[in-house]
Amino acid sequence: MTTHAKPITEISLAGLEIAPSQVCGAMRLVPLLRHKAPGDLRLARRNYRDNLTITATSGAPGGRGPHYASYVPHGMVIDWSDDGSPAASHGGQIRRDGSSFNVCGMNIRVLSRMAKREAGNRLRFLPLHLAMEGFLSLFFSGPEIAWQEFSRKFRNNGFQSRWELAMSGRRIDGMEEALRVFEIHEDQVGMLIFIAEEMASAFVVSHPDDYRALHETLLLDFYSELLAQYALLWNTSIPMDLSVKDANATDLASLRAEIGRVRADWGEFHGFMASNLIGRTTISEPIYQAGPFALQRFITSLDPKTENHIGEAIVRDDGMLEYLKTYRLSGAQTRRAYLLSQLAEHGWQLDAAAEALQTTRDELVLRLEKAGFGYILNPQVLAAAQTTKWKQRRIP
Amino acid sequence: MSVSSLDIQQARIHQVAREDLVMFINACFSCTGQREFYSSGFEQRVSIDFLHQYILGNYRLLYVRTLAAGVNHFSQAQILVNLLSTGRHTPPEHRAEENALIRAALHALPSHRAWNVLETLRKRGVNNRRSRAVARDYLATRRDAAFHAVKYGRQLHASAIHAHLKLPSEVGDFLFEKLERRSFETPLLETFRQAQYSAEAIYKLPYSIAEGLAARKGLKREVFLERIAPQMTSHEKLRLQRTAERVGANAPALDWERLPLTRLALFILSTPMSERFQKQEMLEEALRAAARHALRIAPIRLGRVAAVLDNSYSASGSQEKRRRPLGVAIAAHSLLQEASDTYRSFWTSPIDSPVLASPRGQTDIATPLLDALEWKPETIVIVSDAFENDPPRGASEVLRVFRERLDPEAEVTIIHCNPVFHSDDFTLQGLSPYIPTVGLRDGEDLPTMLEFARFASGAAALSELEAHLSSRVAHLLRSPKSRDVADLEIEGDEATE
Repeated sequence: MTTHAKPITEISLAGLEIAPSQVCGAMRLVPLLRHKAPGDLRLARRNYRDNLTITATSGAPGGRGPHYASYVPHGMVIDWSDDGSPAASHGGQIRRDGSSFNVCGMNIRVLSRMAKREAGNRLRFLPLHLAMEGFLSLFFSGPEIAWQEFSRKFRNNGFQSRWELAMSGRRIDGMEEALRVFEIHEDQVGMLIFIAEEMASAFVVSHPDDYRALHETLLLDFYSELLAQYALLWNTSIPMDLSVKDANATDLASLRAEIGRVRADWGEFHGFMASNLIGRTTISEPIYQAGPFALQRFITSLDPKTENHIGEAIVRDDGMLEYLKTYRLSGAQTRRAYLLSQLAEHGWQLDAAAEALQTTRDELVLRLEKAGFGYILNPQVLAAAQTTKWKQRRIP
Repeated sequence: MSVSSLDIQQARIHQVAREDLVMFINACFSCTGQREFYSSGFEQRVSIDFLHQYILGNYRLLYVRTLAAGVNHFSQAQILVNLLSTGRHTPPEHRAEENALIRAALHALPSHRAWNVLETLRKRGVNNRRSRAVARDYLATRRDAAFHAVKYGRQLHASAIHAHLKLPSEVGDFLFEKLERRSFETPLLETFRQAQYSAEAIYKLPYSIAEGLAARKGLKREVFLERIAPQMTSHEKLRLQRTAERVGANAPALDWERLPLTRLALFILSTPMSERFQKQEMLEEALRAAARHALRIAPIRLGRVAAVLDNSYSASGSQEKRRRPLGVAIAAHSLLQEASDTYRSFWTSPIDSPVLASPRGQTDIATPLLDALEWKPETIVIVSDAFENDPPRGASEVLRVFRERLDPEAEVTIIHCNPVFHSDDFTLQGLSPYIPTVGLRDGEDLPTMLEFARFASGAAALSELEAHLSSRVAHLLRSPKSRDVADLEIEGDEATE
């Protein structure tokens, strides 16, 4: 697989217009518009009606290579043309994909690869799962030097398995209703989703017709459990209002201009609300080069103090965003990735990493344990840290 | 307490009463207790029930007079049931008027609605001298009791038991001993008996009754639909146009000139787009004819009129009210087109013809409203559910600035008609406090609404609203439908529970 596109360093919504939001309960849905979409990249949805999908990320399915297992309600199929002529979307349901088994009353589908070329100009991939698989496989192989601070299993094999929990859109209070009453714009190609005024996800496709067909798949996507709690805790959004400046509106023409300004201000403000994703530095990994389109997955630079996203994007040669789907990491997920990234950055040396984090070695060990990584540490190291902490306890 | 403070208090009481009443009448214009785009049927019913109880408890006389205000059939039926079940609270001096209004309103309702009112009385266990008298009078004034016994058998049966009705000659036997009788002398009852055994007799029954029997007999649908066509009402004919085509029968012949306007608009919206393209001119002409017909019943003449019509996605209504808001907008469009000297329509997503309308896209009322204002009309009618989102409160801001700065004398009359009842706050969602909002269930009611808008805007005092209602009451009591029952006295005037 050859890729000649540069990995993207930031997500940019250039070429898209942000329209005023539509609010329903805790959900604030912000439409993204594109006028005159070229139509040389089309997306279609392929439904999988299986309880579990197991995908081989390398090697043969069922072989010794790593596998990704999850509930995958749907896949995406892209059709593209190399010369810029309009592409036809053949729909997702024509071809059989992988093989399906019934085991103990449970349907299991076995696929090969997260993104797989199916025909000359057609690619199937698993939306968001592609990004999540990238996230889970971060620093998967463990340290290159067998530091004795880590457990024997981790030293020898790295992480043998990692898992994260996320919630389906159906489990998010009010999301179904909000998507039902949402009024899709004629030129709409995407959506920014805010839950209780927190950025939850961004979704962009290339063509308005595709968006209309894929609108309801937002309900099938997964969101972090943090956002599900936000939706329950704050079931209304913050009232926001923009009004016309009376002094500027002297006749109907100026009033019309003022309304245009209000509309633009809304868009600008929503762009600001999403500024932790849009324009943020990202680290990306190319997945597939489809003619002029590069499919990549990315993660924003990890910062435990703010929101962090993972996602996948298709970017045209000229930098135009053609597809985007993101997942907001919950606080715990961010912390896990952050600690691992700090360790990896310092060659998996606990002392160096602790110094970089401005903490002690024992504190770092305890933080790792709290984040759920106690099992990668040597038990003696963990016990020593716990003893130190116990000795330092404040006696009332 | 000084005199002036008493006056202020009195004025405040009047203002509250006027606001309450306007809210209630507006709700009664548009709410049907069914699911809407933004709220569920349960929310709608709870909300409207509360409103009824509140007004009934506080302003009983005005509640009674609302029957004459031209509110929709659902609300009329609900008012009737509520009044009949709380007879003991009627002040003696208003008893005669209340009785007359109940009688007139019940007789003016479509038969199925009226019979449902009487059946609801039984379900709720409301049985007093007045309710029995009302049921008895209603049956006595039906020209053809046998027809009602056949078509509304269940309701008549329930009502006869509950109100101890004396049924005319064979109707009693028909309702209670249907299967034992060997023959009836009344032709329709005899036909119904025969229809249990003979397919031929089925075609002489009303369509709604024949349909069930035909299914039981296993008659071929296409044959049945063609032969039963003469027995259908015009609404049934309209409803079965597409069914007939689907099963391969000839569609029942329709008098396109005399169809109810809103029903026609909804029928047009139910046909596929390709067919609408083909028949565009015919359907447009039918809409205009229906509008002219509606205007003959309720005449109105307007000058230079602009209509701002909402065809956003939320105009698709709900599963229970399919595309109703859009249908109302199309009906209002046709009616205004025929009623005004110069007319232009401005849709939220521009369309070529009302026949080709479909509910799609966002709600941007500000742009068409500005277009309409630039056209300089005398009157602007906005038909929308007022949930605007592109930008939020855009039209509201336009109206505020227009009224405050550009047109302080209010030379342009702007009226907002809302076909959707907002159950959360018991009102119709308004676009702006600067313009009146009135409820609209059918496009044909537009003349009544334009009249009522005066009160909704807050310009008229409570006394004027009361005078308006009184005049409507006098009009209803004089109308031909209630005149033929005027001689009948209700004996159970001293209503007791």
